[in-house]
Amino acid sequence: MAKRYETVIGLEVHVELATATKIFCGCSAKFGGAPNTHTCPVCTGMPGSLPVLNRQVVDYALALGMAANCRINQTCKFDRKNYFYPDNPQNYQISQLYLPICHDGFLEIRTASGKKKIRIHEMHMEEDAGKLIHDEWEDCSLVDYNRSGVPLVEIVSEPDMRNAEEVIAYLEKLRLICQYLGVSDCKLQEGSMRADVNLSVMEAGSGKLGTRTEMKNLNSFKAIARAIEGERERQIELLEEGKCVQQETRRWDDNKEISYAMRSKEDAKDYRYFPDPDLPPVVISGEWLARIKERQPELQEEKAERYEKEFGLSAYDASLLTQSRHLADLYEQTVSLLQQKEVAGAPKKAANWFIGETLRLLKDRGMETEDLHFTPGHLADLIVVCERGEVNNQTAKKVFGRIFDEDVEPVSYIEENGLKTVVDTGVLESIVEKILASNPKTVEEYQSGKTKVLGFLVGQVMKEMKGKAEPQTVNRLLMEKLQRGPSL
Amino acid sequence: MAKQIIDDTIMENIEILAKLALTCEEREKAREKMQEMLDYIDKLNELNTEETEPLAHTFPVENVFREDVVTNGNSRDAMLANAPKSKDGQYQVPKTVQ
Repeated sequence: MAKRYETVIGLEVHVELATATKIFCGCSAKFGGAPNTHTCPVCTGMPGSLPVLNRQVVDYALALGMAANCRINQTCKFDRKNYFYPDNPQNYQISQLYLPICHDGFLEIRTASGKKKIRIHEMHMEEDAGKLIHDEWEDCSLVDYNRSGVPLVEIVSEPDMRNAEEVIAYLEKLRLICQYLGVSDCKLQEGSMRADVNLSVMEAGSGKLGTRTEMKNLNSFKAIARAIEGERERQIELLEEGKCVQQETRRWDDNKEISYAMRSKEDAKDYRYFPDPDLPPVVISGEWLARIKERQPELQEEKAERYEKEFGLSAYDASLLTQSRHLADLYEQTVSLLQQKEVAGAPKKAANWFIGETLRLLKDRGMETEDLHFTPGHLADLIVVCERGEVNNQTAKKVFGRIFDEDVEPVSYIEENGLKTVVDTGVLESIVEKILASNPKTVEEYQSGKTKVLGFLVGQVMKEMKGKAEPQTVNRLLMEKLQRGPSL
Repeated sequence: MAKQIIDDTIMENIEILAKLALTCEEREKAREKMQEMLDYIDKLNELNTEETEPLAHTFPVENVFREDVVTNGNSRDAMLANAPKSKDGQYQVPKTVQ
């Protein structure tokens, strides 16, 4: 009889902070750039250079720690983690081992099986390493130190997760918090959020943790889910064969869907940490903490709750609108502009445009919410024009497409392209008469009781009007004339 | 605390960590030197530190910060001038993967 196994997962997540400069020098921390154009003696580890801590890094780490319910070490300091590898020009990484800035927090996640707390062991500040490219031609490696010294916060969870769904819920939650706080854009593909998965399996109910492996190179949520499944199976297979799981670091190959042992025994982990003598301790006063606390923005859950209460939206709609801070900001700005213009039911009207059209177009264009760049005032103006009945729904959607893509100013766009609904019933009436006159058979059918043909007539009128008529008005006019009898 | 003896096992481990390949002679010399250093540091144990607060840093300084403002431009060429070998604006190093 096969044994039943439970998977035990803990995560080490690295988040690149959205600072202008690196953690210990005044080089730009911007992603990309020609190789080595953002480097200086500090971030390339030149002897005699002196690192000086970027204050913003501490602010961001504190904001993140508070949002994740952590306790703060009001005196923290930096340590050197020693290892030799060319991505690290100093031969040590400046990190925090003995007194990390935050510890003992938690995030609450939501999955199909309900709410769950995932404990956070600690968060610490550290510097990123450079990037290695392997040159096949010359059989050598090339190093770009632009990323060396970019500030990171590493968030270490407790082994509280049991499956891929929980892991992804945790990562999504963390990403959302970072984005709301503005501390990181958390793009897995660009490497501004990286997750290492520590995984072991244990016999269900035994309570005895197995040997864990650490998996790296996971750059999408899908890859993480596949890697968890793959590693779980690999470990169970080993145990079933009576073999042991080796404690090691493995690299996931998402194309082949298998993992490889990355480091051999020769590279046994022994980082010989010691306090960095170049960096004095960081002492965080009560006032400093209060300042950060005061600046904490409304996070996703609070915002969604407020949308339900204040705006009367459903929980589902509120969660859709708050899925990104940028989206929520645009939505709120639109609502407040509409309220200024005294449009009744502004929150719901704006929500319809965001949930219906905006999300549809984002999906259609393969864009992220962060890529939205239209002016909320333009959408607000369009909604006002709709309210006045100056354009019909169909036209409004087309105009919105132009706002979405090119941020056009809707009032003049509608004017210039002659998209206004013709409200002059004189014009409309003459066209209705013209259509009825040229379709005598259809009129007969209608009058003999086949009222379904009305749709065809409406279509003909709309075509003649080039869409610039309100379908309801056309409907009404047609019916009036048809019911008046065969006077045509 | 018991005296730490630098034996061959420790030497071997240090060589791996430091990526050094020493000859027998070099190893013996390095072993002696390291032993001397450790013995010297052991002298600190003779001090009475009962009344001494632990230190996080040797100087009484704290909170030395920079503001988050870019002050460095592109000094790639000057930086690469320090490299023994470079190619396409990058540092050239022995191959790191098999």
